[in-house]
Amino acid sequence: MLSRTADHLFWMARYTERAENTARMLDVAVQTSMLPQSVEDAELDWRAMLGISELQSAFDAKHAVLDPKTVLEFMVSDPDNPSSIAACLTGARENARAVRGTLTTEVWETQNATWLEMQKRLAQGALENDPSEFFEWVKYRSHLSRGVTVGTMLTDEAMHFIRLGTFLERADNTARILDVKYHAAKENGIGESLSQRDFYYWAALLRSVSGFEIYRKVYRDVITPERVAELLMLRGDMPRSLLACMDQVVANLKLVRNDVSGDTERLAGKIHSELQFARIDDILAAKLHDTLTEFMERIFELGNRVSRDFLVPMAA
Amino acid sequence: MAKFFDEMFADESDSPGKVREHYREFDNWLRRQKPEVIERKRAEADLSFRRVGITFAVYGDDAGTERLIPFDTIPRIIPAHEWTALQAGLVQRVKALNMFVHDIYHEQNIIKAGIIPAEQIYRNAQYRPEMQGINVASDIYAHIAGVDIVRAGEGEFYVLEDNLRVPSGVSYMLEDRKMMMRLFPELFARNRIAPVEHYPDMLLENLRSVAPAGVADPTIVVMTPGMYNSAYFEHAFLAQQMGVELVEGKDLFVNANAVYMRTIRGPRRVDVIYRRMDDDFLDPLAFRSDSTLGVPGLLSVYRAGRVTLANAIGTGVADDKSIYPFVPDMIRFYLSEAPLLNNVPTYQCRKAEDLAYTLANLAELVVKEVHGAGGYGMLVGPASTKQQIEDFRRRLLARPDGYIAQPTLALSSCPTYVEKGIAPRHIDLRPFVLSGKTISMVPGGLTRVALQEGSLVVNSSQGGGTKDTWILEK
Repeated sequence: MLSRTADHLFWMARYTERAENTARMLDVAVQTSMLPQSVEDAELDWRAMLGISELQSAFDAKHAVLDPKTVLEFMVSDPDNPSSIAACLTGARENARAVRGTLTTEVWETQNATWLEMQKRLAQGALENDPSEFFEWVKYRSHLSRGVTVGTMLTDEAMHFIRLGTFLERADNTARILDVKYHAAKENGIGESLSQRDFYYWAALLRSVSGFEIYRKVYRDVITPERVAELLMLRGDMPRSLLACMDQVVANLKLVRNDVSGDTERLAGKIHSELQFARIDDILAAKLHDTLTEFMERIFELGNRVSRDFLVPMAA
Repeated sequence: MAKFFDEMFADESDSPGKVREHYREFDNWLRRQKPEVIERKRAEADLSFRRVGITFAVYGDDAGTERLIPFDTIPRIIPAHEWTALQAGLVQRVKALNMFVHDIYHEQNIIKAGIIPAEQIYRNAQYRPEMQGINVASDIYAHIAGVDIVRAGEGEFYVLEDNLRVPSGVSYMLEDRKMMMRLFPELFARNRIAPVEHYPDMLLENLRSVAPAGVADPTIVVMTPGMYNSAYFEHAFLAQQMGVELVEGKDLFVNANAVYMRTIRGPRRVDVIYRRMDDDFLDPLAFRSDSTLGVPGLLSVYRAGRVTLANAIGTGVADDKSIYPFVPDMIRFYLSEAPLLNNVPTYQCRKAEDLAYTLANLAELVVKEVHGAGGYGMLVGPASTKQQIEDFRRRLLARPDGYIAQPTLALSSCPTYVEKGIAPRHIDLRPFVLSGKTISMVPGGLTRVALQEGSLVVNSSQGGGTKDTWILEK
C-alpha cells in the first residue's frame, strides 16, 4: 500500500474518533452545567473543556468572554479551530475522499453523508436547539463509520491503519477526558468522600465514555474516583480504557510491521505492559494527572513514530 | 437554423411526432408512468449522486467547489445496426491516428508524401521533440481515446473531436447506467440493452497488454493531479474498479532508471502509468519546471522504455483542431481505406482564404481555439450577441492560426426533462476506444446533453448534463 494512502486512512480514523470524543466530552459539560452551581464553578468547567484539548490560548485569542454558548460554538462549529467537531468531520471526509478508491463504497458514503448532514444540521441550528441531540448524532455516526469499516472492508493493511488511528486517538482522548477533573479543580477528589456535585460529575464522566452501566456491572458499588480511574485506565475489557486501546495499538502495529518499525513496536509494547501490570493505588499515589500527562506524551511520540516508519517515509 | 434531427421522434412538426422504432418500447413505458413517480425518481438520483460524491470541480469557482453533473432519466437509444457502423468507423479512425502519431515521431512519411505540411507539426505546441525516435510498447500512443460524435442534418454521424490526451467522462457513463438500473429495473427487463459495466476490466486488460517488454505481471497505477482536479472522482473510481493504486506525483520517484512508488513496505516498481494529467506536468525536469504534480526524471525512464505511459507523451499532435481536417487523409494514407466516419467541414484560419471566409461569416459559424478543450474560449455564432462576436473577431485577428471555424451543426436532439416538462435538447456522444494489442470498446459511450434551450454546448463545465446511452441488441 502507498504510504500516502496509509496516512490518509490513519487520519481519517483519527479525525472520526476525535470528533466522537469531543462530542462525548462536551456532552458531559452540557449535562453538568444543568446542576445547581456557582457561576465561578460553571466557568471553571467550561474552561476545563478547553484545557483538556489544549485550546485555551486559541480560544482566548478569538473571544474576550467565556460563556457556554461561545465555548460550544468554538468547539463544535468553528472552522478555524482545527479540533472543532466540524473541522474533524471535514478532515475525516477529506482524508477519505483522497483515498476513496481504497475504501469500500459504504465506508466512503458514510463519511461523505456524515459531512453533508453535519453541515445541514449546523445550518439548521442543531447546536442552539438541542446540543445533546447533536452530540448523540455525532457519536452514532462514529459508531456507524466504525461498524461499516469492520463490516465491509477486507482485513488488510488498509484496515490495520484505520484501526491503528482509531485506537491511538482514543487512547489519547480517554486520557484527556479522565484528566478533565484536574483542569476543573486541583486534584482533591481522590480518597475523600464525594460531594453530591462530585458524584454527578463522575457519573457524567462515566456516561460520556459509555461506562456508567459497565461500572455498575463491574463494581456493583457506589461510584468512587479510584474505581473510575481504574476502569478507564486498567480494565482491558472496558473498550475505551487505555489498556484496551493499547491492546489494539500493539496488535495492529504487529500486523503492519516493516523493516524499520521495531523500535515503535517496542515503545507500544512498553506502554502496554506498564498498564497491564499497574495497580491503581500506585498510580494514584504518584498523582493521576502526572501519569496521564506522561501517557499522553508517549502516545504523541508513538504517533510520530508511526508517521516516520510508515506514512511519510523519507525518500528512498 | 435548420430543423433538428430528433433521436426519438421521426417528425417533430406535428407533435407529439411519430416515435422511432427503437424508442417504441421505451415510449410505451413512459406513457404509463405517473409524472410524480418520475419526479421522485429524479430527486432520488440527485440525492444519491450527491451522497456517493459523484461531483466535479468547476474551474474559476472557489477552489474545492463540488457540483453535480445533472443526470437526465430519458436514455439516448441507438439501434444495433447504427452502432455497428459507428464502431467500425471508430476502430478505423483510432487505428489511423495511432499510426499517424507513430509516423510523426519516426519516419514522417506523411509529411514526405506531402499530405500534411511540416510546419503544421513542428509549429504545433503539442508536438514533443523529446519523443522523436522513441519506441513505445506495441507502437500504441492513444491507449484511451474519447472520440466526440454528433449527429446532424438527416441523422448522419460526424466526428467532432478526437480526444487523444486525457479524455474523461467514462465514470459518468458507468454511473449513469448503474443509476438507471437502480431507478428503473423494469426497463432493463423489457429492452435488450448492451451492458457497459465491464469497461474497467477491458481497460485493465488493455493497460496490461502495453506493459514494457519482458514484464510478465506488470504493476499498473492510475496517476492523478490530486483531489482538487475536476475529474478526481473518475480517477479514484477507475483505480478502485481496476483494483490498482491511485497515485499522485509525490508518491512516485525515479531511481536507477526505473519508476517506484513509496509504500509502507518500501519502494515498489511501477510498470504502467495510466496518467490523468497533461504532458506539461509529468516531469518538472523535462517540461514545466514549476510543476509539483509530476515525477522528476520520469521522461528519461520513459524514453528508455522502462515504463509505459498511457496515453503516450505527445499524442496532442494528433487531436489538435488544426490537425483534425487531415484525419480522413490519414485513413487513406495509412490504411488505404475510405473513411467510414464523416469529418465536419473545417476552415483553418491560418489560411488566408479560410480566415476571410470565417470573418465574413462569424455569425453563422462555430469558432474554436486550436488547443482549446472543455468548451472554454469558443464562439457559437448564431447564439452570440453582436458585441460577443465583435470581441471574438478581435481575438481571432490577433492570432488567426490559433483558431478553426466550422459550420454550426444542427446537432440532433433528444427528449429531456427540463423545468416545464419534457423538451428536446441537443446531445452528443463520446465513445471510449481502447487501443492495445487490439482495439476494443464497450457499446455506446457517454451521452452529454446541453440543458439550456437551443444551446449546442454540451460540456459539463458549461452546464451540460448526461444521459444513459443504450445500444439495443437485436
